[in-house]
Amino acid sequence: MSKLWNNYRYLILRRFTQIGILILFFGANAWGWKILEGNLSSSELFGIVPMSDPYAVLQMVAAGAVVASDLLIGVAVVALFYFLIGGRAFCSWVCPINMVTDSANYLRRVFDIDRAQITKQPITRNVRYWILGISLIVSAFMGIAAFEFVSPISMMHRGLVFGMGFGWAAIGMIFLFDLFVLKNGWCGHICPLGGFYSLLGKFSFIRVHHLEENCTLCMKCKVVCPEKQVLHMIGKESLPVLSGECTNCARCIEVCDDDALRFSIRDFIQNKKMGE
Amino acid sequence: MKKEALSDRRKFILNMARGVGYAAIGGFLWSAYLDDAKASPLILRPPAAIKEEDFLKTCIKCGLCVEACPYDTLMLAKPGDHRPIGTPYFIPRDIPCYMCEDIPCVPVCPSGALDESSVTVNGHLDINTADMGLAVIDENSCIAFWGIQCDACYRACPILGQAITVEYSKNERTGKHAFLKPVVHADACTGCGMCEHACVTEKPAIFILPREVAMGKAGSHYIKGWDKKDESRLKDAHAIHTTTNVSKRKAVDKLNSGLEGLLDE
Repeated sequence: MSKLWNNYRYLILRRFTQIGILILFFGANAWGWKILEGNLSSSELFGIVPMSDPYAVLQMVAAGAVVASDLLIGVAVVALFYFLIGGRAFCSWVCPINMVTDSANYLRRVFDIDRAQITKQPITRNVRYWILGISLIVSAFMGIAAFEFVSPISMMHRGLVFGMGFGWAAIGMIFLFDLFVLKNGWCGHICPLGGFYSLLGKFSFIRVHHLEENCTLCMKCKVVCPEKQVLHMIGKESLPVLSGECTNCARCIEVCDDDALRFSIRDFIQNKKMGE
Repeated sequence: MKKEALSDRRKFILNMARGVGYAAIGGFLWSAYLDDAKASPLILRPPAAIKEEDFLKTCIKCGLCVEACPYDTLMLAKPGDHRPIGTPYFIPRDIPCYMCEDIPCVPVCPSGALDESSVTVNGHLDINTADMGLAVIDENSCIAFWGIQCDACYRACPILGQAITVEYSKNERTGKHAFLKPVVHADACTGCGMCEHACVTEKPAIFILPREVAMGKAGSHYIKGWDKKDESRLKDAHAIHTTTNVSKRKAVDKLNSGLEGLLDE
């Protein structure tokens, strides 16, 4: 039992927060709860603290909207949280699509699709930054928040809170894409919101640290990691994971049987020494 | 002839060019989709919604207005609803706007897509100033216009007697009955849709359309001579004289001179 907890504690906690947030949002709409109202685009905590999606507001600004002060405060709350603390934690701890892509990823491992598609991934992980850029340009030209109109993240989240419509189709597409076409395709390659948080969370404090002396090179961490390029130091150097693309999902920490990976607060001075 | 290997710099430039090419293709497709998604004019928005074009820019699709509505009137557009995805709208035939005095849907809007000041009169919210749309009557299918007594829409109207009035006229067909015909007054109607909801016909004979769709425009060159205020627009007016070969001479000369003038030209 304790082994189960040890191997899945962060996964359980992540599902707990993801589903908990969904239930709170759903309860606000269905039963008038006042805890967390709205959705991931913009919301209110206890009817006081505003929270807004900084990337969505960035698109609105690009589209030429006059942004209300309520919205800007909400953006500041969210942006500061991920900038200082969570990094890309939104992706693995909040975003509902994460459950879809994680299950696709799990099935890939179960059915050995990973080994069948051993060739190089056909597209680069930088595509998300291109899409991020294009979304702002298209927003400016079309006068609407471009990604928000096609975003399967908002579609799924709104769908779970307000009703799904054909939103299932978009989610099904992502599931099948991740399962059969491209490993970690959506979250690791395409999603511009992930790209946005990668840039925003570059300097955040909570980091995964690697202790080289404990590592036995089993590479389990690299198998489960959805952004395995960030684990380039495994077995080589005792470095923290500094890339903003790390989602702080902590799967690597759980699967490591040798205690070579752990969460800790970033130490800028020490990092500099180790980095050089 | 053997070709030289590409230099790193050239490779980089070519890869960037490819990236830009892909980005442009994606951008065009994306824009085409968005253009299509934007082009749905028959959407009824919550009260105090700003101009549709600005609304699409400003609405963050958070659904706070939907949650605030006590009657479940508002919905967020889902994929397949043929409306810009995630934006709030309502269908009056299903659930109309019940015109709450405190307009709970408006102040919660964090982005200003619902503009509180547009429904505020003398520091107080006034739902009667809201403009969600305009009721339009299809006189062919409205049974009151047939002579059958029905005042369902008139009775349902929250601004009874102002937004909808009933006009009496004699029914010449029977000679002994009256028509009680509903008339919508555009200046008072808020477009709440209570009339459409109440309408007894199979498909409502009175229905709400966005105001820009429902209304025509006469143009500013028509002036109501019987309206002092309207006529005052003439005060600084001056005539524009256009002189052509034909109009150089007076009309009477023209008539007296036969066809020479015309044939000359």
